Amino acid sequence: MSSPEAPTRKLTIARAMSEAIGQEMAADSAVMVMGEDIAKLGGVFGTTTGLLEKFGPERVRDTPISETGFIGAAVGLAGAGFRPVVELMFVDFFGVCMDAIYNLAAKQSYFSGGQVTCPMVLMTSVGGGYGDAGQHSQCLYATFGHLPGMKVVMPSNAHDAKGLMLAAIRDPNPVIFMFHKALQGMGWLGTVKRSITHVPDGDYTVPLDRAQIAREGRDLTIVSLGLGVHHALDAAETLAKSGIEAEVIDLVSIAPLDRATVRQSVGRTGRLLVVDDDYLSYGVGAEVIASVCEDGAISLKATPRRIAHPDVPIPFSPAMEHHVLPSAGKVLEAAQAMLEPAL
Amino acid sequence: MNAKSNQNDRLWMYATMVKSRHFEACIKPAYFEGKTPVFNMAKGPLPGEMHLSDGQEPCAVGVCAHLRADDTVTATHRPHHVAIAKGVDLDAMTAEIFGKATGLSGGRGGHMHLFDAKVNFACSGIIAQGLGPAVGAALAAKMRGEDSVAIAYLGDGAANQGAFHEALNLAAVWNAPVVFVIEDNAYGISVAKKDCTAVARNADRAAAYAMPGHFVAGNDPDAVHAVAGEAIARARRGEGPSLIEIETCRLEGHFMGDAEGYRPPGEVDRLKALDPIPRYRERLLAEGFDAADLDAAEAESQRQVDAAFTAARAAALPDPSEVYDHVFA
Repeated sequence: MSSPEAPTRKLTIARAMSEAIGQEMAADSAVMVMGEDIAKLGGVFGTTTGLLEKFGPERVRDTPISETGFIGAAVGLAGAGFRPVVELMFVDFFGVCMDAIYNLAAKQSYFSGGQVTCPMVLMTSVGGGYGDAGQHSQCLYATFGHLPGMKVVMPSNAHDAKGLMLAAIRDPNPVIFMFHKALQGMGWLGTVKRSITHVPDGDYTVPLDRAQIAREGRDLTIVSLGLGVHHALDAAETLAKSGIEAEVIDLVSIAPLDRATVRQSVGRTGRLLVVDDDYLSYGVGAEVIASVCEDGAISLKATPRRIAHPDVPIPFSPAMEHHVLPSAGKVLEAAQAMLEPAL
Repeated sequence: MNAKSNQNDRLWMYATMVKSRHFEACIKPAYFEGKTPVFNMAKGPLPGEMHLSDGQEPCAVGVCAHLRADDTVTATHRPHHVAIAKGVDLDAMTAEIFGKATGLSGGRGGHMHLFDAKVNFACSGIIAQGLGPAVGAALAAKMRGEDSVAIAYLGDGAANQGAFHEALNLAAVWNAPVVFVIEDNAYGISVAKKDCTAVARNADRAAAYAMPGHFVAGNDPDAVHAVAGEAIARARRGEGPSLIEIETCRLEGHFMGDAEGYRPPGEVDRLKALDPIPRYRERLLAEGFDAADLDAAEAESQRQVDAAFTAARAAALPDPSEVYDHVFA
């Protein structure tokens, strides 16, 4: 990941994604982009800025509002040797097109016995916190992570966004590339500054199947992804002031889940807290905690905990929405409760 | 198409219809093995649902006579006749239906999920699911400057799915070289088309997407051949998509074991009297084909199917540990 340019070239996740797609389009004529408002507008969330001007309307296609149609078409294009990068504007919209995703794209390789591949990227925005209510604010990590045949990833920062996008486009499988609106760096959406990072301008990939240690620590492991990583890092900074060192793991990949990295960390710390902003039940937290509990070699010093969105639709009113969304404060509180005997 | 090649196509259409019908005739007793006297779908060498294509053969041959290996076909849950007409490997297809290791996908897909990448054939079990992929395959050919086309088969029931309308709109917007072929067998499982479709002719729906719509009456291979030839040639010339609605019939139930109580009395007998295969043989003989040539073509078709069934029955079942292969490429 070394780069000759000054380490001050900071980009937002949006800019990093569009740069990665543009570089891969220049390198590989099979790469193309489709979706709603991705050409002239450059993507509602800036994922395709500048690509129409550079590559033209054949390879950068505004589609009708017709997700079943264009995701199905992307599967046909992928089977015919193209590498479509498709945008599902909000993950909440999966309800109008899930057949094309989980029954079609995700099963091409299996049902064809490996004869047909489906190298496509479906990028989609997740997350709330800005008052868009429950049809434009969901995360649905567990929904996608539950279904076999797809890889599901989400960056917590711009460096990883570019490297993951390059890896996703080159992967021979369908990759669901989620990006969190609270980290995207759009002027009209608040952005966590820590997600705006140095991004090398050259070519590099970030593995699609590895969790990362975002911060090292000995006392407690906080596992999260996307925006939750920043909540965890904020809480860890506060804990450090009282001498508690929390380790923060950025899952990066929802499917496959890097259980080994989580187990290795919890094996050292003995304490596990999982944070995500998807619905609680059957969620990322449950899967991560089960992965640790199933490992008989890990002895826990505290009962594992999870913080997630409760099992209610995401409400509109900020007073209600922020009551149910995870936050750094909630992470801190839970961590302190788990560490009480040590404090 | 000149007269000579058209006559070759007609002999091929006849032989291929016979092959498909014989294929289904071999499926029937095999399917009921282990399922009598009590019908249990899980039992026997062919478990699961089985959708036979008896009666719908003209839809397969009249279209596929115009296709090359590099043309894409997506078919439905009732795929055997179309797969055979597209040139899918008969031995591997049969083995797949028997769930054998030598099947097209090693037994992972079965009868509703037949893939043969060598001839660009795929089918699926969800109504109207194949339409989007056909539009995508057609767009791929267009973007590469190739003259290959894609055919999306669907039933009359699928014309009421949202995916049908999205695909037709997208194909028209992109001017994609794709032909949508509706096999109108008058039923979606048990529900008659007339009771669930707002228009009498689904071909009329093409007007909503600014593309030509053709209705082909009579379940007639020659008529299908003529209309499909025009639509496919148009697509190859870069003039865009078409919709073809073929009046056909389902001589069997929706699936094997279907009691068909929803059919009016005598309907199946009336349909069998109009069976397109013997009618076509009579027409070919009346128009000067030699009976010996038709007999030889029939015998060869049946021989290939019989050999495929013998090989499929003899083939090994898959190693269960291979269930984990090919989830990812």
